[in-house]
Amino acid sequence: MPLRTPLYDSHLAAGAKMVDFSGWEMPIHYGSQIEEHHVVRREAGMFDVSHMCALDLSGPQSRDYLRFLLANDVAKLTTPGKALYSCMLDEGGGVIDDLIVYYLGPERYRIVVNAGTTEKDVMWMRGVLTRFDARLKVRRRRGSDAVAIIAAQGSDAHERRQSGVDAVAMIAVQGPQARERFWKAFPEMRASTEALGVFQAAELRFNDADWLVARTGYTGEDGFEITLPAGEAALVWYQLRGAGIKPCGLGARDTLRLEAGMNLYGQDMDENISPYEAGLKWTVDIKDTARDFVGKAAIEGPGARPAANQFQGLLLLDRGVLRAHQKVITPQGDGETTSGSFSPTLEKSIALARLPHGVAVGSEVEVEIRDKRLKALVVKPVFVRNGKPLI
Amino acid sequence: MNAPANLKYAASHEWTKLENDGTVTVGITDHAQSALGDIVFLELPDVGRVVKAGEECAVVESVKAASDIYSPVSGEVVAANQAAVDAPESVNADAYANWLFRIKPSNPSELDALLAADAYAATL
Repeated sequence: MPLRTPLYDSHLAAGAKMVDFSGWEMPIHYGSQIEEHHVVRREAGMFDVSHMCALDLSGPQSRDYLRFLLANDVAKLTTPGKALYSCMLDEGGGVIDDLIVYYLGPERYRIVVNAGTTEKDVMWMRGVLTRFDARLKVRRRRGSDAVAIIAAQGSDAHERRQSGVDAVAMIAVQGPQARERFWKAFPEMRASTEALGVFQAAELRFNDADWLVARTGYTGEDGFEITLPAGEAALVWYQLRGAGIKPCGLGARDTLRLEAGMNLYGQDMDENISPYEAGLKWTVDIKDTARDFVGKAAIEGPGARPAANQFQGLLLLDRGVLRAHQKVITPQGDGETTSGSFSPTLEKSIALARLPHGVAVGSEVEVEIRDKRLKALVVKPVFVRNGKPLI
Repeated sequence: MNAPANLKYAASHEWTKLENDGTVTVGITDHAQSALGDIVFLELPDVGRVVKAGEECAVVESVKAASDIYSPVSGEVVAANQAAVDAPESVNADAYANWLFRIKPSNPSELDALLAADAYAATL
């Protein structure tokens, strides 16, 4: 039985073509993936991301726990609402998942992890947690959800009673007009969210329920990611549509994040890849030399394994479409694409790729596609941001 | 499902039309274009290539995925639709007007093995 988000019926009503995504029945598009892509670059679109998992961390050692659990350093989150992108590594320095952590207040954090990795993440996080005085609570998603069961097993009776009523949904509104149209639908939220900076969130009390409105996203455009009670999701979705925000599927989400040069877990990195091999060095914080974190010894300091490759972008010069796992032929040796597709904004094909060290940005390489070798340009892996092509 | 009755179909989602000059025009069905989503690239066979029935001879790439196209009949490729190559999205707009390639069949009886519209629709 596939899992369904609280917006399942809303998707069908909007004409969605549904596909399986990590066990969840999700919309891939509502007609045209390319049109949805352009809507987000030019106006405002919204994505149901309720399949992702939110967790609440609380307790005296919450900060210490996260500083040990994550490769990025939550010590830099000092203002309530500030958010941080981080990898969670295993002892070998491989990436267990990438996630966003929000500092909500003293001893309180919200963490959002990927849908496909949720069970593994929660087990890992619980394992590390045993050394710390803090509590981790999985916010329940709707559906006969294995994670909900894990959550119930690991929580006290009070939490179990609560879990039936605290299920959450997540909606990402993205695009240059996304915030304005969100405020058009919910004018009472403007005052508390207008001043939010990028990667900053506000906890709100609305209609007797808790919301989290965060200025984050996965498209390279401005917008909000909104966490709200599952029971209100369908009505909110309807109101956002009424304000001119168009439903967009996971297909457009993938081409948008690819253009923005954002990694997709399971495709661009996994447990076999260190953050240094996935272009994520900027997320590993080693400034505080006294701080230890899981995986640090494997990627830093004496005995650390060197990065096996560099992570760059490719722009296909010949006609065709780059896909994941194609061989890249360079004078320095072979590389491999990790994500590839057609870029609707550039109207060319682009990819993220692991390339041998020494291949310079601006040089030409060849990609093997079926029986042909096509020319591609090595570029920095950010293709489009805020509606503007960067290459 | 849109599957015109005057065409014959392969189970692998190509349509064929027998032209007055004896050649066979080939395209992908409306079901196929819908399943693929936005088409962004076509790779068509060279004119003069000799293909067998069931042989991979073209590729249709959507934003989502690449899909092989099989020749429904054996014969020589006598035309490829450059207009479709230049505007791949036209195949989404009308999969039956925007054909991919044309074959001069070497064994016209192979056409009899293809499916009528209702039989094809029943496979979907």
